[in-house]
Amino acid sequence: MGWIEVGSLIDIPKLGARVVRTAQGDVAVFRTANDGVFALDDKCPHKGGPLSQGIVFDNRVACPLHNWVIDLEQGCATGPDVGCTRKHEVKVEGGQVFLKLSTASNVMMFAGQTAEA
Amino acid sequence: MKERLVLIGNGMAGVRTLEEMLKLAPDAYDITVFGAEPYGNYNRILLSPVLAGEKTIGEIMLNDDAWYAEHGITLHKGKKITQLDRIKRLVIADDGTSAPYDRVLLATGSNPFVIPVPGNDLPGVITFRDIYDVDRMLEASTQYQHAVVIGGGLLGLEAANGLKQRGMSVTVVHLTNSLMERQLDVVAGALLKKSLEERGLHFLMATSTEAIVGDARVKGVRFKGGLEVAADLVVMAVGIRPNTDLAKASGLHCERGVVVSDTMQTFDPRIYAVGECVQHRGTAYGLVAPLFEQAKVCANHLAQLGYARYEGSMTSTKLKVTGIDLFSAGDFTGDDSTEDIVLKDAARGVYKKIVIKDNKIAGAVMYGDTGDGAWYFQLMRDGTDVSDFREHLLFGQHHLGDAGHGQSNRVAAMADGAEICGCNGVCKSEIVNAIVGKKLFTLEEVRAHTKASSSCGSCTGLVEQLLALTLGGDYSQAPKKKSMCGCTEHTHDEVRAGIRANNLKTMRAVRDFFEWKNPDGCASCRPALNFYLLSTWPGEYQDDAQSRFINERAHANIQKDGTYSVIPRIWGGETNPAELRAIADVAEKYNVPTVKITGGQRIDLLGVKKEDLPKMWGDLSKAGFVSGHAYGKALRTVKTCVGKTWCRFGTQDSTTMGIKLEQMSWGSWTPHKFKMAVSGCPRNCAEATIKDFGVVAVDSGWELHVGGNGGVKVRATDLLCKVETMDEVLEYCAAFMQVYREEGRYLERTAPYLERVGLTYVKQRVVDDAAGRKLLAARFMESQKLAQIDPWKQHAEATDKHEFIPIKQVV
Ligand code: SRM
Ligand SMILES: Cc1cc2nc3c(=O)[nH]c(=O)nc-3n(C[C@H](O)[C@H](O)[C@H](O)COP(=O)(O)OP(=O)(O)OC[C@H]3O[C@@H](n4cnc5c(N)ncnc54)[C@H](O)[C@@H]3O)c2cc1C
Ligand code: SF4
Ligand code: FES
Repeated sequence: MGWIEVGSLIDIPKLGARVVRTAQGDVAVFRTANDGVFALDDKCPHKGGPLSQGIVFDNRVACPLHNWVIDLEQGCATGPDVGCTRKHEVKVEGGQVFLKLSTASNVMMFAGQTAEA
Repeated sequence: MKERLVLIGNGMAGVRTLEEMLKLAPDAYDITVFGAEPYGNYNRILLSPVLAGEKTIGEIMLNDDAWYAEHGITLHKGKKITQLDRIKRLVIADDGTSAPYDRVLLATGSNPFVIPVPGNDLPGVITFRDIYDVDRMLEASTQYQHAVVIGGGLLGLEAANGLKQRGMSVTVVHLTNSLMERQLDVVAGALLKKSLEERGLHFLMATSTEAIVGDARVKGVRFKGGLEVAADLVVMAVGIRPNTDLAKASGLHCERGVVVSDTMQTFDPRIYAVGECVQHRGTAYGLVAPLFEQAKVCANHLAQLGYARYEGSMTSTKLKVTGIDLFSAGDFTGDDSTEDIVLKDAARGVYKKIVIKDNKIAGAVMYGDTGDGAWYFQLMRDGTDVSDFREHLLFGQHHLGDAGHGQSNRVAAMADGAEICGCNGVCKSEIVNAIVGKKLFTLEEVRAHTKASSSCGSCTGLVEQLLALTLGGDYSQAPKKKSMCGCTEHTHDEVRAGIRANNLKTMRAVRDFFEWKNPDGCASCRPALNFYLLSTWPGEYQDDAQSRFINERAHANIQKDGTYSVIPRIWGGETNPAELRAIADVAEKYNVPTVKITGGQRIDLLGVKKEDLPKMWGDLSKAGFVSGHAYGKALRTVKTCVGKTWCRFGTQDSTTMGIKLEQMSWGSWTPHKFKMAVSGCPRNCAEATIKDFGVVAVDSGWELHVGGNGGVKVRATDLLCKVETMDEVLEYCAAFMQVYREEGRYLERTAPYLERVGLTYVKQRVVDDAAGRKLLAARFMESQKLAQIDPWKQHAEATDKHEFIPIKQVV
């Protein structure tokens, strides 16, 4: 699937996120303090909490359900928690945000593995 | 080229400093480590359990070779630095190995003191400091019978116990007539001696050693007065001396230890020092907890952040002899300016003594039941005024305010499978394994790795006990000042005071002023800052939605499946057919899966889709409802009973009182949630005495109660005062809420707030000082003018519902 225009950057609050509803489930599009934009499945690797609803700080988001901290670039929990959620490509052109849905299967690494894993 | 950092002394304080520094500045230095011992860094504290056969050397290793390699650290094991050349900036080891440096970290620990008596150098005479010593003792225990331990202090007794476990017959010789006199008073000392004797140890009290006899190997020990006992092994445990040899030789200023400043720098700014070898503000420490505090500070400066200060530590002691529970902190003897509170139960073998000076805890000694040690220690550190709960003090924290799922019994006794953390279902063995397996030292680390005590926190005390139990020593203590979060070293109170004093009116301003490490802050400090700014500058400060937890941002409670719950306000819990009909209609229109009566006398509509929220709110506010703030750190419910209007026992119109209270205070933001209730008589059907502000009607007026809550740890309220009119109730309530809003720490509910500042203080502010009360109430009403805007109505009318709808649907 190619690039989809999802709307303009200013419609996403700084240090916040908006949801893009897709056939393969909700995708959260985040905007950081310095206008970095990232997209992840709106599913926390812990118990599927809606990451789009979390508090965003530098390049991370704290899940609203149990406070796991997910790295926006990789979509992975920051240590010692373990687990990743699927990430999608995004770009900003002329103030518009474009999303390229990943075709990778969205099986997530769930918690339970030890930090060593 | 990177700066070169050389660590001299591969021990607990030195390596801990490296670990802390690597967290802050992973590749600031080329690091070289010299250690006189032929091992990686190990947990010296646990040598006692190793000697006693409860642990193996393998289990107490902290950093193996792999760790050093992984961090690109050059490790020289078994090489002792003999020369520190500060002109050439070079260190040289006994085998000639040398390394140039830009900075040096000196962590040479201390040397056991060997008493100057004839024969003290005979084979078989040793000290108790490192793995080498333990090996010697184990060797001896297999070949010989009689051991004499000189010194009845912490170390001596742990050595004696270990050797006894290994099958030797052990005699402990002590100079004074009370064991561990530096940590224990005479009573506790006697209890300790008794139970050690029951374990088969022999004691020679008030005895001083004259000579150690023997030729090829030690044969015995002779004491002043001529008494002589046979010995094939003599352990000297009479104390330690900071190891300053190298520092002295290199001309660094030393007194008892290497003298350092509050930044852990020696008189040579290139040379830092931490651990037992240093002397800070005249004190040299011999326990790890303070050394780890030093490590944190030193790391902060090595990483060139340069703001941390070490201001000295209070220490507490535990003895690591399995089955013996003993705790001691501060000044436990006292003088004529202090008072003692003492509990002694010889049958149970329990002894507790708390020394009080000016209504604060000055010290404590406990024997047999040390469960509350951590708590007393914290009260002591914080200098909390204990006069308000003095009579409960000895019975421990969980007796403060009643039952509940709070602190429970001693962990030592618990089965491995026993659940410690009920929120995250973590059991005792999981925590212990994590502590041992992952080498955890602090409460924070245990929280991070096991999740235990990371949710409601009611098991924190237990986890702290487990840490102490597993590691010995006193790791579990909270740092002297609890910083707000990882982003800053400053405490809630400091930041808050700073906001007012320096006119800081935006998040950015606060974070810049206090030099936050993390420009955006984090998920735990941002909501707190938002509240402090909001409550300090009502009207001026622009609330920051992105710094609020989703529940407060969406004005509804997020559920585990990502849907929301909606709880409209039902004033004082009194409703009518029209309201109920309206709620019913809304529930049907948006086919709400669950409608439930809450524990707070209102109705919860659960399972609502986020995008439906604004429309639903629109309909609800048309029907006259406002948000119930069931999601907020804000005024929640005001429960009432029917009161005099109907009830045959009712003394006042409790329902109307409740409605008035709710109408005055709804919409206000508070440090934590705030709940009220009004009962029409002392039968108290509205449970007013477990609320943050509870009103109980009596014939002659209204009793006002504060600082109660149900929940995690039930706490009944304290009686604030009695007033006569409804208007007074309102004024006192507003005043109390305002002090709490101005002084309560974010997420500190009224119960812990009250226990921190003391009921006496709150009475003085809200009851005794009438003028002050009026001012407080006025400030509250002022900020209410701006707060009482229904967020639901706002969002329903708002043209942009961004927060609530997807930005795009892709089909
Ligand atoms: C809905 C309700 C349960 C119910 O179905 O009755 C409820 C639901 C929640 N309670 Fe409660 N509490 C509810 C009454 C209570 C009561 C009873 C009362 O208020 O009289 C208590 C004990 C009294 C008290 O709080 O002192 C209570 C003690 C707690 C606690 C423990 C508070 C404490 O200080 O220990 C928490 C945890 C917290 O707030 O940090 C909590 C937290 C929660 C949260 C907000 C947890 C969360 O963050 O999701 C739950 C929200 C669920 C939701 O989506 O609505 N809830 N909760 C009740 C709503 C009352 C209302 O109308 O607003
Ligand atoms: C048996 C025992 C039980 C203890 N129990 C407790 C307890 O329960 N609770 C508690 O808080 N504390 C306890 N302690 C004290 C605690 O272990 C020490 O406070 C802590 O280890 C001191 O750390 P340090 O880094 O300053 O010194 P050390 O850990 O001793 O490290 C210093 C290291 O530097 C090396 N060194 C010295 N000079 C040189 C040189 N010139 N060149 C190279 N290397 C050198 C030494 O060989 C040593 O390895 C106990 C100590 C012992 C011995
Ligand atoms: S408060 Fe007293 S009078 Fe009122 S309902 Fe309860 S029991 Fe009856
Ligand atoms: S679902 Fe995200 S932290 Fe639990």
